[in-house]
Amino acid sequence: MIPELGHFSLILALAVALVQGTLPLLGASRGDARLMALGRTAALTQAFLVILAFGALTQAYVTSDFSVANVVANSHSAKPLIYKISGVWGNHEGSMLLWALILSLFGAAVAIFGANLPDTLRSRVLAIQALIGVGFLAFLLFTSNPFERLSPAPPDGNGLNPLLQDPGLAFHPPLLYLGYVGFSVTYAFAIAALLEGRVDAAWARWVRPWTLAAWCFLTLGIALGSWWAYYILGWGGFWFWDPVENASLMPWLAGTALLHSAIVVEKRDSLKSWTVLLAILAFSLSLLGTFLVRSGVLTSVHAFAQDPARGMFILAFLLAVTGGGLALYAWRAPKLMPGGLFQPISREGALILNNLLLCTLAATVLLGTLYPLFLDLLTGNKVSVGPPFFNATFVPICAPLFAALCVGPFLGWKRAELWPALMQLRVAFIVSVIAAIVASYAVDGRATLAAIAFGFGVWLIVGSLVEFAGRLRLGRAPFADSLRRLKATPRASLGMTIAHTALGFVVLGAVATSAWHLELMHTMKPGETVTFAGYQVTLQKVEEVKGANYIAERATLAVAYDGRPYTTMQPERRLFLVQRRQVAETAIHTNLLRDFYVTLGEGDANGGWVIRLYLNPLAPWIWLGAAFCALGGFVSLSDRRLRIGAPSRRPVAQPAE
Amino acid sequence: MRRAIALLALLFTLPALAVEPSEVLADPALEARARTIGQALRCVVCQNQSIDDSAAEVAHDMRRAVRERLTAGDSNDQVFAFMVARYGDYVLLKPPFKTGTLVLWLGAPLLLLLAGSALLLAARRRQRAGLAAPQPLSDEERRRLDALLRR
Amino acid sequence: MQRRLLFLLPLLTLALMAGFFAWSLLVGRDPAAIGSVLVGRPAPRLDLPALRAGDPPLTDALLKSGKPVLVNFFASWCAPCLAEHPLFTRLGEREGAVIIGIAWKNKRDEAEAWLKRLGDPFKSAGLDLDGKTGLDWGLSGVPETYAIDGNGIVRMHFRGPITERDLNESILPFLKGAK
Repeated sequence: MIPELGHFSLILALAVALVQGTLPLLGASRGDARLMALGRTAALTQAFLVILAFGALTQAYVTSDFSVANVVANSHSAKPLIYKISGVWGNHEGSMLLWALILSLFGAAVAIFGANLPDTLRSRVLAIQALIGVGFLAFLLFTSNPFERLSPAPPDGNGLNPLLQDPGLAFHPPLLYLGYVGFSVTYAFAIAALLEGRVDAAWARWVRPWTLAAWCFLTLGIALGSWWAYYILGWGGFWFWDPVENASLMPWLAGTALLHSAIVVEKRDSLKSWTVLLAILAFSLSLLGTFLVRSGVLTSVHAFAQDPARGMFILAFLLAVTGGGLALYAWRAPKLMPGGLFQPISREGALILNNLLLCTLAATVLLGTLYPLFLDLLTGNKVSVGPPFFNATFVPICAPLFAALCVGPFLGWKRAELWPALMQLRVAFIVSVIAAIVASYAVDGRATLAAIAFGFGVWLIVGSLVEFAGRLRLGRAPFADSLRRLKATPRASLGMTIAHTALGFVVLGAVATSAWHLELMHTMKPGETVTFAGYQVTLQKVEEVKGANYIAERATLAVAYDGRPYTTMQPERRLFLVQRRQVAETAIHTNLLRDFYVTLGEGDANGGWVIRLYLNPLAPWIWLGAAFCALGGFVSLSDRRLRIGAPSRRPVAQPAE
Repeated sequence: MRRAIALLALLFTLPALAVEPSEVLADPALEARARTIGQALRCVVCQNQSIDDSAAEVAHDMRRAVRERLTAGDSNDQVFAFMVARYGDYVLLKPPFKTGTLVLWLGAPLLLLLAGSALLLAARRRQRAGLAAPQPLSDEERRRLDALLRR
Repeated sequence: MQRRLLFLLPLLTLALMAGFFAWSLLVGRDPAAIGSVLVGRPAPRLDLPALRAGDPPLTDALLKSGKPVLVNFFASWCAPCLAEHPLFTRLGEREGAVIIGIAWKNKRDEAEAWLKRLGDPFKSAGLDLDGKTGLDWGLSGVPETYAIDGNGIVRMHFRGPITERDLNESILPFLKGAK
């Protein structure tokens, strides 16, 4: 009964979305207030209906209703409750329903919080959102119905992929989708602006909170995924340049460029066509990611079940959304009024450089990910593009980006001098160079490139803090004065400092873990001790443990430092009976400055077990840094200026065509 | 039960650094080279894993072959050539730099160069057209400026 | 005009990419199918102990005999090998094809028992216990089959079990043609 209700809700939602996608657009071009108001009502109704549908599917999972095919394929009665719930989106159909849910929720959010938007803009944004929703709902209903019934209902299900039965990975998709779908709002804003025929400071101010929100969630989603890979895959790696990881990185890069480009539109009424293009691209890259994961054109450890028929549908949808957007862009963008002029050396110039470099990074990732496909189709030759390629092409471009990142905030708008800005950063520069040299010596002069990269990380941190200190006149004015300035600092600037500094920490963590980790692999029998990185590690016992839906081998290792007991680590190898899959549970001990990381390999009582020990310096900084980056974004989002009073719109000089 | 786990465990791949203790070479320098090479060779039956990260049989064979070649005195390039002769360019995680992959390697930097120079040229053109240079103040404007400054 | 073209660039890039995607989906490209670099090149060396007791060791001699040869890598623990084996039996008995069998990572007695049970179409058979020969032939698992012409050049490669279709469309014409 309830699954049928869910199914029916989806059908209704599609109908509402169709209405929402057409009438408000008509209303906006005609100036019909009633039709425009319809957008709001429709958005709220659509959200309600999709919530119902999602609730129905969740109910089927929680009650283990095995008459629903989706539940049979992905769940099992013995699964813990939290994974029954996260199993809702741990498969293709359910994750598409989650997309549709978040899409409709964002639409409702625009309807509720978009009161300060002009009616025409809001109704157009809601209409575009709805049209995207139509695509997803149609995809769900026609190719990926989560409410299919199975008759007769089997006694139990096939269980959820053991790799997904993990808290980190359970919440990775929702966060990621909040990011992807958030960019649909910025896309809608961009299309609405192009339809209206103008992009101005007001538009940039209105678009900003949505872009920030999407970017923050996407940052968290990617960080969570990376962290999960680190502690599950068992050898300390955290980024593998896998096509699906790349698919999430590309919208993130475009989104970062968009965030910064929109500042120029807001402050100087310039860089309009570039910003609009980035808004279209950010969402298009999200859709491209969806296509790559679900169509089967690329191999990936992450990919959902491949289905070329679904692939064609998503491709058609991608073409409609991106092609339509870019066609509108090609037609309308040249007509956008050019804004303020500026010199190459200026804040605008720095942000253009930022745009250029971020787009180059995105292009590098795109090229690397898709090239094997292109080459194979054109010539039949097969090549692989893996981490060594990206390390050689992506990482070097980060250098000028990071260098410019700290200099930019010191440059004035319209026209600035480079040397004074650099002089203000001389302390940061000297500290970075010293840090690089010290790092190089501390690790016996190996990996000098890593030491230089380390220096860049320090540069980011010190450079951002120096700028902030300068803003507060710290040291040059009385402390009370600085405190007053701190209170008066707009949250957006605070957010910028937090995010840029946090980025530095991410770089430090990534460099240290990748280049300077220590590892030791040893076959140990119970009672044996090895010395590793100053610790004495003793294997005490290996025993069998039963979990809710798995049996595991668990090793207990006592770690001592200087003879004194330090900690106990219990890595496991879990065997999930239903799917017959093994998953390793690594044991990690962190003191926030380094991770002590142990995995249990194969073995038995006679020959001993393979124990792998790793010391990952600064690894926690990667994810703490990423979390603080997102925090910086949220701080920026809480800026009051975003909620009250956008700059008033100048009267239209010429009517939109 | 223990035996059942062990048997079942043998059948399923465990995603973890898969280099076994028995494979490790005695010479640490050679082993380090083997690891570097191993990270750059693709496991041909896996989804985007290097041979060092894969527990597949073929990956094990390839790791062993790498170590044998290194012990026999091959250079890193010779080991890569050995693998490419048997599995093709596909086995290299760092694509070779040849005519077929020029676009791959140079595409993005070229784009950056083109876009950057186009922007700089446009900026210089505007400068030459005198738009960026501020016009001197007229008398009327100068009088207004003085009045404001005095206030 | 130049400016307009610039604004069209993103759309054109999309069209190009989408074209490739559509092409890939329509031809049903399998990204995991990597083929074999050996096709068109001389067959790698064979120098293995014999699988069957009493046989001489397996060498390249058969590959240079001027007749087309099929080389089949198999194992008794491999389920798809079981599925394709009747086709080889048919090739060996009815068509008189010269087939070399190589047991890959298989214990000798298990492989021999498997052949005894299912039929032994192999003119000559070898044992590759450690997988080194498989590596030389670019093997990624079993079963894999190579078709070698009378001059010792590899002409065809099949990854995975061969099917009736492979037999009728590729292997039989090859055996008849490449004499």
